[in-house]
Amino acid sequence: MNIMESLLLLIYLIASITFILGLKMLSNPKTARNGNVVAAVGMALAIAGTIALYTDASGDHLGNHIWIFGGLAIGGVIGTMSAKNVKMTAMPQMVSIFNGMGGACAALISIIEFKHIVHDFQPELYAGGGYTYFSTLDGTSLLIIMAGLIIGSVSFTGSMIAWAKLDGRLNDYAFNGQHIVNILLLLVTIGLTAMIIILRPEETITFFYAALALSAMYGILFVLPIGGADMPVVISLLNSFTGIAAACGGFLYDNTAMLTGGILVGAAGTLLTVLMCNAMNRSLLNVLIGSFGGSAQAGASGSGAQGNYKEMSLSDAAVLMSYSSKVVIVPGYGLAVAQAQHACHEMEKILTEKGVQVTYAIHPVAGRMPGHMNVLLAEADVPYEKLKEMEEINDEFSSVDAVLVLGANDVVNPAAKTDPTSPIYGMPILDVESAKHVIVNKRSMKPGYAGIENELFFRPKTSMLFGDSKKVLQDLIAEIKNL
Amino acid sequence: MEQLLTWFTQHQDMIYIVILMIFVGIEVIGRVPGVLHTPLMSGANAIHGVVIIGAIIVMGNADADDITALILGFLAVILGTLNVVGGFVVTDRMLEMFNKKK
Repeated sequence: MNIMESLLLLIYLIASITFILGLKMLSNPKTARNGNVVAAVGMALAIAGTIALYTDASGDHLGNHIWIFGGLAIGGVIGTMSAKNVKMTAMPQMVSIFNGMGGACAALISIIEFKHIVHDFQPELYAGGGYTYFSTLDGTSLLIIMAGLIIGSVSFTGSMIAWAKLDGRLNDYAFNGQHIVNILLLLVTIGLTAMIIILRPEETITFFYAALALSAMYGILFVLPIGGADMPVVISLLNSFTGIAAACGGFLYDNTAMLTGGILVGAAGTLLTVLMCNAMNRSLLNVLIGSFGGSAQAGASGSGAQGNYKEMSLSDAAVLMSYSSKVVIVPGYGLAVAQAQHACHEMEKILTEKGVQVTYAIHPVAGRMPGHMNVLLAEADVPYEKLKEMEEINDEFSSVDAVLVLGANDVVNPAAKTDPTSPIYGMPILDVESAKHVIVNKRSMKPGYAGIENELFFRPKTSMLFGDSKKVLQDLIAEIKNL
Repeated sequence: MEQLLTWFTQHQDMIYIVILMIFVGIEVIGRVPGVLHTPLMSGANAIHGVVIIGAIIVMGNADADDITALILGFLAVILGTLNVVGGFVVTDRMLEMFNKKK
């Protein structure tokens, strides 16, 4: 072991520590931003160290520096530009794309390494003893290569589908027997992997590409039927998938930075996914087999809420809120789409000046990602203390005069409590019905993202205020000012 | 069985890292308030961009006459960089908004 190699190991240790420290700092609002910088510095060190100091088994340094720096430059410029220019509302899609890129990267590494193994395979080494899995280093490497390939490509195609769906380019799609097809795809892929490990590498090239195609297919079919409230869960899950795929690279290259970073994200991402599932009172398995989209349609046609809803004029709404002592705003995806966060903050300030106590009720899965609403409202400078989480605010609704629901639907749907046939049954909701009045702003009577009717809109306490959130809020502000 | 044990002995330091990191990952996330879930997911997303190191190693080891390996490796480096750089920049943008209001 020479000095350069030891130095690189030290750099990897530092990088691993910055990853852990970074994640820890990200968990506190005060240190979060620095935490991100800490992890980024560690990453930069690890990248620079690898390029400068890495030596392979025969002591050779890395070559192809032009290619490496070219790739870093292209990726760096595109990455920075797209991350800087993306709108706040499109943030979840962006994260999904970047996640997919990581998955694709892991899959590409596996493809190249498999080609190396095939290329370097020396049959005569195994002529006597036979080619068995545990007897060779290749066996272990192949298992890891396959894991990286499968997980990486599932993560890539899955993330791309998640992106297209969040971006409104793709609708939910499910067909009969999809679960069976998905399970079959997985089983066949696992079977192919076993064959690739057992057979000699030169015999399995077709199997390898078949496994690649099937896992890419699985990623597509796995995300395609999942809709509505499950999208945050899916992104988080795919995020941890990519983490595990990165860790496979760590195993392959005996690289501690990749291993710690990958597993750390894999574990943390999985826990985050489970926490999100808990928030919706659904099991991870239930989400995984993608049953939400299918049953949502059944529920919608079966137990559709019906009746009359009443509309409210802008001036009535303005009067109601201005003369309330406590108003709670429930933001949802409609607010994000309309980019209405600034108008919302504006109205909240005017109401506060009038002596109204205004708070925001944030459902854990409101929007398209957990914390989506927090980020959005933070952008508009809404003070941190005004954002109340569900558990905190649910007890207070009984003393609230008016609730303004802005483009939220499923998170205030009473069917989650009362209708066992509803696909969202059991999901904790914001208890807006305990308030004296509920004003619901929606663009139309169309059901929300989960595709189910909402009885809340037909309740006597509820008044509808149709229109684009931003437009409605601006008009409301004008009305309130005129009072 | 004996082969399995040999395999374990050979890879035990890696296995230790995996197990300890699983616990560290869970512990670290366990204390995160709901408000920070999106930035945290995004930050974690950037960290698994560490896969870029593998891409760099693959790229650097590719033979100069192996065009397929060169192109695939180059693509891997670009994609990995997108994950890292994009991930950290997006996270920073989100967190910037949290800090601004103080």
